[in-house]
Amino acid sequence: MKNQPQTPQPQKSPLRFLPLHELHVGLGGKMAPFAGYEMPVQYPMGVMKEHIHVREKAGLFDVSHMGQAWLSLKEGIGEDGAHEKIAAALETLVPGEIQKLKPGRIRYSVLLNDQGGVEDDLMITNPLGDENRGRLFLVVNAAVKEQDFALLRTKLGEVADLTVWETRALLALQGPKAADVLARLVPDVADMPFMSMMEVEIFDSKAMISRCGYTGEDGFEISLPASKVEALAQYLLDHEDVAPIGLGARDSLRLEAGLCLYGHDMNSETTPVEANISFAIGKRRREEGGFAGAEKILGQLRDGASKLRVGIKPEGRAPAREGTEIQSPDGATIGIVTSGSFGPTFGGPVAMGYVNEPHTESGTDVQLIIRGKPAPAKICDMPFVAQNYYRAKK
Amino acid sequence: MTTRYTKDHEWVSLEGDVVSIGITKHAAEQLGDVVFVELPDGGKSFAQGDDMAVVESVKAASDVYAPISGEIIETNQTIVDDPAKVNEDPEGAGWFVKIKISKPEEFEALMDEAAYKDFIA
Repeated sequence: MKNQPQTPQPQKSPLRFLPLHELHVGLGGKMAPFAGYEMPVQYPMGVMKEHIHVREKAGLFDVSHMGQAWLSLKEGIGEDGAHEKIAAALETLVPGEIQKLKPGRIRYSVLLNDQGGVEDDLMITNPLGDENRGRLFLVVNAAVKEQDFALLRTKLGEVADLTVWETRALLALQGPKAADVLARLVPDVADMPFMSMMEVEIFDSKAMISRCGYTGEDGFEISLPASKVEALAQYLLDHEDVAPIGLGARDSLRLEAGLCLYGHDMNSETTPVEANISFAIGKRRREEGGFAGAEKILGQLRDGASKLRVGIKPEGRAPAREGTEIQSPDGATIGIVTSGSFGPTFGGPVAMGYVNEPHTESGTDVQLIIRGKPAPAKICDMPFVAQNYYRAKK
Repeated sequence: MTTRYTKDHEWVSLEGDVVSIGITKHAAEQLGDVVFVELPDGGKSFAQGDDMAVVESVKAASDVYAPISGEIIETNQTIVDDPAKVNEDPEGAGWFVKIKISKPEEFEALMDEAAYKDFIA
């Protein structure tokens, strides 16, 4: 038995270790290199049960490999209009509405290059407190964080400083029980709006709790000093509803939720329109432009793009993996699978990928070339499993 | 019945001139939850080392090589319909195929249980 070839992960500098490395090993985590870090891929529970556990209860993910940074105005922090200034600077690189982002609110966006390609996707938070006006908190992908930070410094260095928060850890608690579990420690999280952030004092240090995630479930990401992350992780894992979850289930959860994995489902050569995340382009931004690659992106919004990221449902049982060729029923190549696996909650194979027009419509018949043989599939809407984000009760 | 093992983590049990073939408990554990199995058609012949079957977990796809030359005389449809059977009982009910062997000497050259245990230790 031999593993079939997978897309190779680029190997660069020596592997780095998470602050919780020993805890993962102690929990029986199977460790493997990912984005330059030794990461837990799965625990003894296994990918399938871990996935289901998150959908039914709550799972703890160590995402401390992700990049956390502050983008701050060089001058005028705390002054009236400081937020609008730092937001306007960042808006030259992202197509989202940042100027109107209120304190304590989070926006998903993408860093763009001059061709309109996506350099990374990221979370942007406007922090609380007048004294923090003119600062933005950024969380970026581990695999490209150094390039992201270099891009931000190069493009925005005249008006803003970028401070990487090296000493910080990040945990994600995801699942329908996440709010109940975390509210035992911080009662106020129970009615936090989706995509909002609050600052709290836990384990004698300041933490930022954001209601967001990467599983399609309700949940939180907690940024805190690396020196306190073990105490928090142990506290959360002590709860009977919480299990540690590895990268394997993280991937199958986000795939079922229809969420992009950067470097696979979008990259520096795909635009946000092609990646089917046009919701991340703000209304005012569509009218005004003024972001990298705006000409191309606004043109695609107006005229449509020639290819689009879509959901793909194989009709048989064989999963279609990344790199699988997509053909029209008459055998013409029309696209490629960028993520594909078995969806444990969906109960069958699921995939996403890019197909050319005019084959992007939901319900279109296609075939996937799996191990040299065509397998029937249909273009479908995403997510594959309904998103379960928190909605505030009125 | 004698059972031998391959470096690719298959077990091969000989009875007369027919072998049953599957993946070892160790392989099933390494693979994780099996979600898909593809078996060859009955009647098909393989040379030792040919791609014979496919087994996939949530994470990855793996090829299963023919551990011995011969002709497929039976396949285990149960694991195609319920791939989790491979994890539940990899060296029993989770068998893959039965092959009528054409080169008995290939069987003799495979590892015995003690050698396989050393190999995975």
